[in-house]
Amino acid sequence: MTGLVEVRNLIVRFSGERTVHAVNDVDLTLEQGEVLGLLGESGSGKSVTLRALMRLLPKKRAQISGSISIGGRDVLALDDDQLSAFRGQVVSMIFQEPGLALDPVYTIGDQIAETVMRHEGRSRSEAMARALDMLEVVRIPSAKRRLASYPHEMSGGMRQRAMIALALACRPKLLLADEPTTALDATVQIQILLLLRELQREFGMSIIFVTHDIGVATEICDRISVMYAGQIVETGACRDIVRTPAHPYPRGLLASTVRGARRDAPLGAIPGAPPSLDVAPVNCSFAPRCPNAEARCLAARPPAIEVAPGHLASCVLAQPASSEPLPG
Amino acid sequence: MSSVVGEITPQPAATEIATGARGYWSTVARRLSRDPVSVICAVILAAILASAIFAPWLGLADPYQGSMIRRLRVVGTPHYPLGTDELGRDMLARLIYGGRLSLLTGILPVCLAFITGTSLGIVAGYAGGKINTAVMRTIDVFYAFPSVLLAIAISGALGAGIVNSIVSLTIVFIPQITRVAESVTIAVRNRDFIDAARASGAGPLTIMRVHVLGNVLGPIFVYATGLVSVSMILASGLSFLGLGTRPPEPEWGLMLNTLRTAIYANPVVAALPGAMIFAVSICFNLLSDGLRSAMNIRD
Repeated sequence: MTGLVEVRNLIVRFSGERTVHAVNDVDLTLEQGEVLGLLGESGSGKSVTLRALMRLLPKKRAQISGSISIGGRDVLALDDDQLSAFRGQVVSMIFQEPGLALDPVYTIGDQIAETVMRHEGRSRSEAMARALDMLEVVRIPSAKRRLASYPHEMSGGMRQRAMIALALACRPKLLLADEPTTALDATVQIQILLLLRELQREFGMSIIFVTHDIGVATEICDRISVMYAGQIVETGACRDIVRTPAHPYPRGLLASTVRGARRDAPLGAIPGAPPSLDVAPVNCSFAPRCPNAEARCLAARPPAIEVAPGHLASCVLAQPASSEPLPG
Repeated sequence: MSSVVGEITPQPAATEIATGARGYWSTVARRLSRDPVSVICAVILAAILASAIFAPWLGLADPYQGSMIRRLRVVGTPHYPLGTDELGRDMLARLIYGGRLSLLTGILPVCLAFITGTSLGIVAGYAGGKINTAVMRTIDVFYAFPSVLLAIAISGALGAGIVNSIVSLTIVFIPQITRVAESVTIAVRNRDFIDAARASGAGPLTIMRVHVLGNVLGPIFVYATGLVSVSMILASGLSFLGLGTRPPEPEWGLMLNTLRTAIYANPVVAALPGAMIFAVSICFNLLSDGLRSAMNIRD
């Protein structure tokens, strides 16, 4: 099976004053036209994974090992020119804070046109026409006028739409979304999610959507991978993760959501704090916080167990789909 | 901010929007035109600049033609509205003709240093690491000398003359502009939109040329405008020391030097070239202040 994205044993380490093991042995698979959510708290390595896919991490400090293949190309083997062509054309990215990710001194139209001209060698007027098309595609009202607007003249939601227009201008196969709705307020958030979902279907592209908000993830994702301490602890269809989480970490996450909680009952919280990433994990990283931890959790890293078709959990307590469930 | 947003104009086609859009600089110009101090300074500078450029057609007296009989006339003498200098030459004509060289030595070195310094600073700031160290430590060597001393030393080494004094002033200003360019580039380099540009496939050259340059040009430009007055004063100083313009060429610094002997005989006339230097410098300084606030469009 070869999907659009194949990531095997991805390890990212930052060297410097202290070594940080940001991503530890991550495997990802993504089919064309699929939306994958990377869910995790701050510092769980989701953004680093995303940036590694595009080789956006600082060259000197980040050591990347493993294999990344996107659209059949070995991303880690691309040279600078190939990388430039690859970014924006095959994969592009939208960011958390659109106000900071758009260049403040150029108009929206100029910024979109610049990318189109660079990648497709179009003339300026053709590129501007494409920019106008794109603004209409992302449903920016009075698109013609907005073409000549500067980012600071637009609202947050409109900026994120413009950012999406910029990212999709060259029809990439894969869109990486780094918490694109976190900086927006709730009503705008849902509009942007619906827009992304619609555009994803329209263009037939794949999306990797990074978020820490499980509600947002369920809104847009086909599949969800939950990250903890730089590892994927559970992967499965959106429904499976929400209804029958097999790993105690996503279970804890779901228990701590406000939705459905009773007013006077305290919210469930996971005790403790995430581990320091100074050393590579040798056992289950979640064990110190896990209510069901056993001696064997500390002995070795738990293998990924397929609890249901396409639903994997890295926990010794997870029951393989084939075996009988334990009584009780 | 609200002034920037409004104005709905019907736009016939996408391409025309692109060319007809009000750009960043025209917005800055519009904001600048609302600041009375900047406008007054700009008008004064424009008048001085225009009179210097069009001096031969203004019907002035010959600035080189002296007369021993009519030396050091006071301001307001018939036919000599601003009096005469120590060789009996018309001060009005000499001040206006003197503006040609003085403005040239004020503006040209700054322009040359602006181009070189900005390029050096952006490359050093964006590349970082060894390139940054190499460029910035070299710059520091020049920075170690006070600018007057450096200008005199380079001018002295190259020999007197206008071209040499322009070269020496350019060398004096390059380190200062490079340092400003480098520090603003470092501030811009880590902003999200640079990452976003990389993510959309822009190479380092494109990023430096388009995204870094576009964002650092403003602050460097403001700084450079302020340097014009420094350059004029330094150039005048070089002429004063005999390292720049040579007599009988009219130039404000040189005129100040030669009229120095007449300071007790006719102090007003002796001070006139200094007043011109002062007026131009302060206009450039105030204009650069106005420019700085006009460029903060997001305020």
